[in-house]
Amino acid sequence: MDLLDFARGPALYFALAVFALGTLWRLLGILLLPWGLIRSPAREGSPSPFSSALKGIVVKLWPHKEFMAGGFFTFINGYIFHLGLAIVVFLFVPHILFIKNLFGISWPGLPSNVIYAVGVITAVSLIAAIANRMTSPVLRLISRVDDYISWVMTFLPVLTGLLAVSHLGARYETLIALHILSVAAFFVWFPFGKLMHAFLFVFSRAMTGVRFGHRGAQL
Amino acid sequence: MTAKTTTAGVAYDVHGDMSETDRRDAAMKGFVREFGAIAAAHMESCVRCGMCANACHFYVATGEPAYTPINKLRPFEQAYHRHAGPFAPIYRMLGIVPSVTVEKLEEWQRLIFDACTLCGRCTLACPMGIDIAELIKEARHGMYKAGLIPERLQLMDRTTKAWGSPATPAEDFADIINEAGEEFGVTMNVDLPKADYLVTVAPAELSEHTKALADVAKIMNRMGLSWTYHSEGFEASNIGYLNGDTELQEKMTRRIIDTAIKIGAKTLVLPECGHAYGAARWEAARWYGGDIPVRVIHMTEFLQEAVNSGKIKLNKIDATASFHDPCQLVRRGGVTKAPRDVLGKLGVTVKELQNHGSLGVCCGGGGGVVSNVRADPIRFKAFELKRREVEDAGADRFVTACGQCRITLTLGAKHFNWNKKVESLLELVADNLAD
Ligand code: SF4
Ligand code: SF4
Repeated sequence: MDLLDFARGPALYFALAVFALGTLWRLLGILLLPWGLIRSPAREGSPSPFSSALKGIVVKLWPHKEFMAGGFFTFINGYIFHLGLAIVVFLFVPHILFIKNLFGISWPGLPSNVIYAVGVITAVSLIAAIANRMTSPVLRLISRVDDYISWVMTFLPVLTGLLAVSHLGARYETLIALHILSVAAFFVWFPFGKLMHAFLFVFSRAMTGVRFGHRGAQL
Repeated sequence: MTAKTTTAGVAYDVHGDMSETDRRDAAMKGFVREFGAIAAAHMESCVRCGMCANACHFYVATGEPAYTPINKLRPFEQAYHRHAGPFAPIYRMLGIVPSVTVEKLEEWQRLIFDACTLCGRCTLACPMGIDIAELIKEARHGMYKAGLIPERLQLMDRTTKAWGSPATPAEDFADIINEAGEEFGVTMNVDLPKADYLVTVAPAELSEHTKALADVAKIMNRMGLSWTYHSEGFEASNIGYLNGDTELQEKMTRRIIDTAIKIGAKTLVLPECGHAYGAARWEAARWYGGDIPVRVIHMTEFLQEAVNSGKIKLNKIDATASFHDPCQLVRRGGVTKAPRDVLGKLGVTVKELQNHGSLGVCCGGGGGVVSNVRADPIRFKAFELKRREVEDAGADRFVTACGQCRITLTLGAKHFNWNKKVESLLELVADNLAD
């Protein structure tokens, strides 16, 4: 078995298994705790918990202008790399074919040169994020090892992907193998660190949405 | 009590005799004990983006990174991961997350108590929707159990346990009420066996703001309501809610609600106090295991009902005013419109502060901070943010609906020789009742 076969065979399946089980374990470990739902009567005319939850999830997409002064870069840069990652991961034709092979579903993609440009922007944005983390006194103080590991796990697939597409540094097959291995590493790390926020944000925002909605308070 | 300093020079207070390990374990248990799904989801969701720093008046006023809201939870986050999180057994086995040391807790006393007013502005800034303020409140439960709370809060705790109020023994309550009645020429009702409205008070009203006691009476009498103060249940500020003593919180909550039930009151009116609203309006059901047979409303909601129902008429004040939004009432309580409605009925044109309503900046004294002298320097710094906004708004008057905010802002004004009176909405209404 060569490196590429190993990467898209056992390595990837192992990673996906860790990802699925670990994510499930962590989510259940949180959601199976008691919910403590005994609450004082809701404010008259307050929305249903369901719509408060939805509102919580949606409202938090955009910061209040009051917090923009200090948070503008974090907000803009955060949007850039999240959108960039989503575009590159889900709209690059080879990725779509790969997903089709695994799960049997597919959708149309974007031209490669567009994806390449988005990939470069994403990489630059990720570098800006880590530079900010390492220089801002607040971020330096609150950062954990997790933040750096999660960054590496996110950055490597982008980097190896860009190298593979530009045939830079090694044989194409080797680059693809490294790319898939970096994605496997991403999946293995996912349940254990902050990458989990990709799932947790829904619960976290919804819960606060319900708490505030119940009180008739604005989120 | 012993006042100490950590090796890094941070002041803290310690209470009770406990070994260091016991102290640490008590803190961990106190925090982790009630861990539910909501707190856990919030402990797990932080992406360390730092947005919350921009919301905290203590960070904004000082630029000190330690005041970043999520940083105030650090030892408790560690405890959570080691003892309660989904991977806790693995972390313990591999020794990845070490035990929290007692020194760390001592060092964090300053951040959890002196530098947090539980104002909840950070919650509004967090893109993950983490209710940071609520988590800090839960961290205080652990700190209380470990005997690691500031001396002033401990003193108020002891006094409340002994007297039923941090301000005065329950035996003296009726006298204070009657004296206020005489001083301000208002008929007072106290300890009536039956009444529709039970009116409760905050400590400031039993000392500095006694006029408030008479103001409520004046309005209630004018409306012809059946109401009373009551020596068995008068203290609504609930020190246990903010110092982390959950047993005291339960006791103080039960005391006022049980008294309301006993006298057959349908409505319990909370004083102009933000934390009273948080404790009684939103958390009381927790101690009763379900709905309470009494309606709990804040003084501001009572005033809104009074003016909207037309049961009292007000003289028009031809003035502009800015309103300081008490955090527990507005941001965390949802009572944003009521004070503005009442001001409107007074003929006051509201000139909003730059940050107002649910995004208003805290007075800097909530959560027991104003009572904790150690916090004076940062409290004054935070006050400057407010002062700037008030000056920029340029209104004639400055009004609020929380006695603690009023005291904090008045102390700030005095400190900076700032010539602006901080007025009470209740007092404005009482002083302007039309015949
Ligand atoms: S704003 Fe929320 S997610 Fe960001 S650092 Fe603060 S608590 Fe964490
Ligand atoms: S609750 Fe208020 S004072 Fe406490 S950390 Fe959050 S913003 Fe700062």
